[in-house]
Amino acid sequence: MNGTLAAAAGSFEIPTLEYSALAPILIVLGAAVVGVLIESFVAQAMRRNAQLVVTFAALVGAFVAVVLARGTQQIVALGSVAIDGPTLFMQGSILVLAAMAALVMAERQVDPAGDSFAPRASALPGSEDEQAFTRLGWLQTEVWPLFLFSVGGMLLFPASTDLLTMFVALEVLSLPLYIMAGLARRRRLLSQEAALKYFMLGAFSSAFFLYGTALLYGFAGTVSLSGIADALTKSADNMGLVLGGLGLLSVGLLFKISAAPFHQWTPDVYQGSPTSVTGFMAACTKVAAFGALLRVMYVAFGGIRWDWRPMMYVIAALTMIVGTIFALTQTDIKRLLAYSSIAQAGFMLVGVIATNQAGLEGTMVYLLAYGVATIGAFAIVTLVRDASGEATHLSQWAGLGKRSPVVASAFALFLLAFAGIPLTSGFTAKFAVFTAGISGGAAPVVVIGVVASAVAAFFYVRVIVVMFFNEPSADSGPSVVVPSAFTTLAITVAVAITVVIGVLPQVIFNLASQAGLFVR
Amino acid sequence: MNPNNYLYLSAVLFSIGAVGVLVRRNAIVVFMCIELMLNASNLAFVSFARVWGNLDGQVIAFFVMVVAAAEVVIGLAIVMTIFRTRRSASVDEANLLKY
Repeated sequence: MNGTLAAAAGSFEIPTLEYSALAPILIVLGAAVVGVLIESFVAQAMRRNAQLVVTFAALVGAFVAVVLARGTQQIVALGSVAIDGPTLFMQGSILVLAAMAALVMAERQVDPAGDSFAPRASALPGSEDEQAFTRLGWLQTEVWPLFLFSVGGMLLFPASTDLLTMFVALEVLSLPLYIMAGLARRRRLLSQEAALKYFMLGAFSSAFFLYGTALLYGFAGTVSLSGIADALTKSADNMGLVLGGLGLLSVGLLFKISAAPFHQWTPDVYQGSPTSVTGFMAACTKVAAFGALLRVMYVAFGGIRWDWRPMMYVIAALTMIVGTIFALTQTDIKRLLAYSSIAQAGFMLVGVIATNQAGLEGTMVYLLAYGVATIGAFAIVTLVRDASGEATHLSQWAGLGKRSPVVASAFALFLLAFAGIPLTSGFTAKFAVFTAGISGGAAPVVVIGVVASAVAAFFYVRVIVVMFFNEPSADSGPSVVVPSAFTTLAITVAVAITVVIGVLPQVIFNLASQAGLFVR
Repeated sequence: MNPNNYLYLSAVLFSIGAVGVLVRRNAIVVFMCIELMLNASNLAFVSFARVWGNLDGQVIAFFVMVVAAAEVVIGLAIVMTIFRTRRSASVDEANLLKY
């Protein structure tokens, strides 16, 4: 008995962890745990400030760790995490976007009752408990650890080199988001419904991801992406397992980037969630999920791209068409932005289909440009309010440009960036993915993309026309609330980055091209 | 003890779960169907681990169980909140968000 134990102990290798390369993920997840402890041990009155300090310190610290790790090209954590150029670029983007989203979430001057989260999510909507909590001025602080856990999952998702790590990261990023979607202070029924829909469909899609992983494990005997790529070069047997596995895996990933036909949840969840959370999930989840999709498609299935590209052609084209057509008919500004984000996902998929260096760079730049403009746009939606909360119906936005020219101009800038008008970040990004798509042999999809962009420009410009050229409604319409420094800073940064990427694209493209390719 | 039979069983269980999610109305039942899909994946992992003679699949099954437990916590919390607000756990009645 002792002998066998000793033999087992002898063959056991002590795992080594490369702490410096993993630092961004560890800092954020560590801070999330500290946030949970703050909830237990810090007095009610001081929790919010403590949580804010921890959150922003973690985001800044993790960003510094990403900058310090630049140039790293290695596989760490016993072969389950790849820290390479694209990973670091996407982790940096996620941290910048998360910091901007956190600024919007920390706003408490806009809503007279407090911040944008229900004081206690367990209190029934409209109950006496809820009114008492509001009267006492209690604030929701549990949202901050949830936020940090989600960011930690997002940092891990594009870095994972095996499908198990990827699955765990997917759940770590999604589970907190399901709760955050249900925490709105106002219109709580809509918010709870959004949480239910997001959770049900999210869990459904991650089950597909998992079964896809199981089939690929059956094919290759391993779940590591490079192991699957090696198995694909060795044998062409059991292609049924590979294609079935890849298809199911793609369902899980395409759900997260809200590509058609897996986009149904997007408008409902984006509309029902607290607007600051919507900005966060629209921007950061998309970066993380595209990062993972790119890694899976380039590293594991780059060799059989001729098998999956037809499927992705159809999905990209369908996503662009569905996103733009449905956006045309929307009257709610949050739903409009949701359909617009579906259409943008279609444009970004062109970069995935390209499967070349330019496609990777273009997609990464597009993700950053889209994310920044999205957070800025949703931050502005939080500011346009009437007595019942945010005024999201498009007709209520009529004449906004006359009453609040600065806010309306910033919103117009973000819309022009979504539409891809030159001198904004959207043009730079769209140009990059479409060029990459043509050089990668995806010309038909690019043609559909250009047509879809033209149609999309119509509904973006329609909002601008409503804001600047329509008369405000006669009765007391919504007003633009003056926010505190938090939201102001977030919107200013968003405007600045949108303009800089549009006017000086070489800055961001230098960074993206230095990122190089995925390490295997 | 042909492992293929276990794979067929896991595919059948997965399909039953997927169909259940689509046709059932009660949020709790939908949720149980999702759990069935996760457990079908576990069965596939363990059977493939037997086919390949390595331990990866069995270890993955443990990870999946932990993740599924975490998912149950979140899911039941959300369903509870909805039920207390609306006195109903039907997914058809959650229909305020549309078009």
